[in-house]
Amino acid sequence: MPLLDDDARSLPRVILSTRRMSENKTGNWRTMRPVIDRHICTGCQICWKYCPEACVKLTDKVPAIDMDFCKGCGICVEECPKRCVSFVPEASV
Amino acid sequence: MKTSIPVEERMSAGHLACQGCGATMSMRYALKGLGEKTVFVIPACCWTVLAGPAPKSALDLPVLHSPFASAAATATGVKAGLTARGDRETTVVAWAGDGGTFDIGLQALSGAADRNEDIIYVCYDNEAYMNTGVQRSGGTPEGAWTMSTPGKAGSARPKKDLDAIVLAHHPAYFATATPAYAEDMTRKFAKARTIKGFRFLRILSPCPPGWKTDPKDSAKVSRLAVQTGLFRLYEVENGRMRLNMPVANRKPVGEYLRLQGRFKGLSAEAEAAIQASVDKIWNEGKS
Repeated sequence: MPLLDDDARSLPRVILSTRRMSENKTGNWRTMRPVIDRHICTGCQICWKYCPEACVKLTDKVPAIDMDFCKGCGICVEECPKRCVSFVPEASV
Repeated sequence: MKTSIPVEERMSAGHLACQGCGATMSMRYALKGLGEKTVFVIPACCWTVLAGPAPKSALDLPVLHSPFASAAATATGVKAGLTARGDRETTVVAWAGDGGTFDIGLQALSGAADRNEDIIYVCYDNEAYMNTGVQRSGGTPEGAWTMSTPGKAGSARPKKDLDAIVLAHHPAYFATATPAYAEDMTRKFAKARTIKGFRFLRILSPCPPGWKTDPKDSAKVSRLAVQTGLFRLYEVENGRMRLNMPVANRKPVGEYLRLQGRFKGLSAEAEAAIQASVDKIWNEGKS
């Protein structure tokens, strides 16, 4: 475990978290997959704004959902004002 | 590219929250408002787990995990330590659930507020002890099912008025927020960062397993809490209250309650009583 090495030895040892939880791929939690219809999407960014996983990536227009992390909560499906995100069972993909 | 909230993410994917967690949405918006120079103190609550086990973390900021009762006291100490080392810039945030705020951490919170410590205290209020399997807290509303208030009638006691308790300490800044209004929440954190003294934010944070809602409805239920008038978005600065979202045509509270399985046993009379109490608050002094 890395230690705070600039402190005096009398101070308690502190464990620092130096790695990120992004090593933990949560995509396998998903049973339903959100699929954006790129012909209807207006690029309003609302799916990006509400994503609890912060796994929707902004692009010039149609956002990209990172399926390594998407847990399939469906908030983007529900919130999309154009209703252009469909929710399909993983088994059928 | 123009976005309604800052683009930079300080909460990484891969965290351990349930699907559709309101507390992770809230954390994401909070970090967008607070910026880089921030330290978090997190007592026992869902976020203790969500941030991940050492040596991994889902937050790009230093986090100090504290015992359940002492978030505000620990944050006070962190602020004092930073000041002693000559750092006056870094914002210290205590981030606790409703159990760690309404009940177990209330004494430390009151002490820090009374001393006007230069910290931000955030209560993400999901209205029960969700992390341990949905037990009733002081934040649980009347009529809500929890594991410790089973049966049709649900919790017998009304929700503790924490806002009034905190405001009785005359904090430098007080605000409420909820994730459906992401821009409002981000703005409030950005504003709180610039104010000196004790600052408090209470966030109504939807919890799909505890509220028995569909994970996809987390933003919707959060929005309905405001649109029905059950949860008011407001700020108090220098003792002056400002309603951020004056809801002109309030929706019936039933629209909020019926999305949630925890209110399934609510009788028509109990629902009418909730509606009446909301109407009373909004009609009184229009504040």
